[in-house]
Amino acid sequence: MSNLIIEKVSMRFDLPDGTHVQALKDINLELKTGELMSVLGPSGCGKTTLLNIVAGFLAPTEGSITLNNQAVYGPASDRGMVFQQGALFEWMSVSENISFGPRMKNTPPARIKEIVDHLLTTVGLQDFGEKAVYELSGGMQQRVALARCLANEPEVILMDEPLGALDALTREKMQGLVLKLWKETGKTIILITHSVEEALLLGERLLVMAPRPGRVHKEYRLPFAEDGVDQDLREVKKSEGFDARREEILSMIWEMEEEIMGRSEASA
Amino acid sequence: MIILAMYIAIFAAAYFIVSYIQRGNKSKGFNSLKTVTFGDESAVVPNRAAAFISVLTIFLIWGAFTNSKLVPFHVSGPFIGDTEFTYTAQNAAGESQKGNVSIRVHRIGDKPDKRDVAANDGFVQNDSVLVGAWRSKLINVKRNDEGYKEDGYQIIAVDGKPIKAGETVKVDDGKVVLTPKKSLNFTPKKGLQLEPIWMPSPEAVAGRFMEIADTGYQNFGLWEHLGWSLFRVVVGFLIGALVGIPLGYAMGLSGWFRGWFDPIVEFMRPVPPLALIPLIIIWFGIWETGKIVLLFLASLWIMTIAARAGVSGINISKVHAAYSLGASKRQLMWHVIVPNSLPEIFTGARVAMGVCWGTVVAAELVAAQKGAGMMIIAASKFQLTDIVLMGIIMIGIIGYGIDILMRKTENWLVPWKGKL
Repeated sequence: MSNLIIEKVSMRFDLPDGTHVQALKDINLELKTGELMSVLGPSGCGKTTLLNIVAGFLAPTEGSITLNNQAVYGPASDRGMVFQQGALFEWMSVSENISFGPRMKNTPPARIKEIVDHLLTTVGLQDFGEKAVYELSGGMQQRVALARCLANEPEVILMDEPLGALDALTREKMQGLVLKLWKETGKTIILITHSVEEALLLGERLLVMAPRPGRVHKEYRLPFAEDGVDQDLREVKKSEGFDARREEILSMIWEMEEEIMGRSEASA
Repeated sequence: MIILAMYIAIFAAAYFIVSYIQRGNKSKGFNSLKTVTFGDESAVVPNRAAAFISVLTIFLIWGAFTNSKLVPFHVSGPFIGDTEFTYTAQNAAGESQKGNVSIRVHRIGDKPDKRDVAANDGFVQNDSVLVGAWRSKLINVKRNDEGYKEDGYQIIAVDGKPIKAGETVKVDDGKVVLTPKKSLNFTPKKGLQLEPIWMPSPEAVAGRFMEIADTGYQNFGLWEHLGWSLFRVVVGFLIGALVGIPLGYAMGLSGWFRGWFDPIVEFMRPVPPLALIPLIIIWFGIWETGKIVLLFLASLWIMTIAARAGVSGINISKVHAAYSLGASKRQLMWHVIVPNSLPEIFTGARVAMGVCWGTVVAAELVAAQKGAGMMIIAASKFQLTDIVLMGIIMIGIIGYGIDILMRKTENWLVPWKGKL
């Protein structure tokens, strides 16, 4: 079994005025291949920083990331990233966006065509391959972003609020797609979200982080993602325990928010 | 002032007439159902009729004031024909007598005969003169009068109205001024039309265009003049872009480059290229090298800043995404940074082409043997206003054409501009 191991990761930003911000403190996590973990937390808890460290865009001040027993340094194609929006290349068609990764590795054209055709079908964009990405709706653009990431066959997929900019209906459809892709590809996925419901639906594991310093507050193992693979997501939401979990996590995050507010009011 | 008032009147009248005509056919489409149009910029569509009438109005005013044959109506022209006035002179003996001045006002270029005048009894003799339209004539009426060299001789009235040196008397079809040297200066009425030397008529300009397109001007054909100007612009701009774009990329990608070139670029950017002309002439002379160096400098900073902005303006997600997808630095540069900067570069190129075109004309005004600017400055020295006007129109058309061409290229090469 190959693993993603996050070991004692701390992140400290030194500011020019001599103070510093402890963005992350002692994060320890281990993800097995094929696990889907959603990450929740109030703003400022370091979710995105953690994701950027795993992706290799930031180097942690302490600790290490290992993927399949190899230390991670810098971005590489074994860790794919799906951004909220604006990360598609407008000067390329949908197909060219999807084939970007394989093309960078000089994959033979025949193989590229195979990959692209397969992924277009997988994300439901069969007839849109030659379209320009700016002609697509927001939901379709995120489908392209998912396909582009998958084309590279990464070990781990990192999603930074991939559905955050979508409307509620599209979002629900896309949540189904994420689950489907997860099951079909068996990839390890870390998904950051602001929506508690989304975190519950998609997270096989759910990590709640707390701010100042950013740290792991609580972790859950949930059955809903597994249920959602072959069930209507709205049915999953009605299932036993879903509402209770949602209320529990919501009040947990509210408490943290209130604590932050109180703290900043006290200091002000 | 009259022209301005007329123009405003036509503007308003055309608006009411067109609104009246168009009141029936409500425009279809989305905008027609909007109730809020005042303040909604997207609902403001240029009125085609207004554009057409606007151009037509300029043409009609131009024609009306220059006696054009293409325009059915004209403002009052200069007086042309025969007129006369009388003057009263007093001789040394204190006698006064009237004399007649017969005037024939003719078009410039015509050579009519003077009018015959009858001899006069007494010391005052009648005069006859020719005056060109729009001109004035100093009439030495006393010269044929008897005893005009005697001290007491003086002119005391024109058309019966008393006159002193420096004063003006209105007569039929013009005015008369008595000069200190006892001559009369007659100016026929000019009317509102402009003399061709001020403003030639449209057909004169068109005729001059045909003539110069056919035979050339100052040793070079019309198309050679315009072609050379264009050639300088294109070469200067291309060299500027060829140097500026890589420099802009380097400044967008490397702190050392940015630190090194920022002061230079920021200093040179606000210097108008025209201010460099004297130095360029001293260094490179007035020949092609100098002009191309000038245009190179005019476009260089604009292109550098555009390329730098194109690099800095990239959404960091795109860079991160490319690296995560396994792109190397070189691949990132070629597949992401360069295409991402194209919209900015095209905006810069449009500005640079405009500046270059303006600069080349100005540079040719200063010193050149051929070129659009040289053509109009040479013509202005000979008061060939029709060539000047033709040159200005050609410069305008070419400048406008360049911009349209740049926009078309932009739409073709960067169709995603402003869309994501």
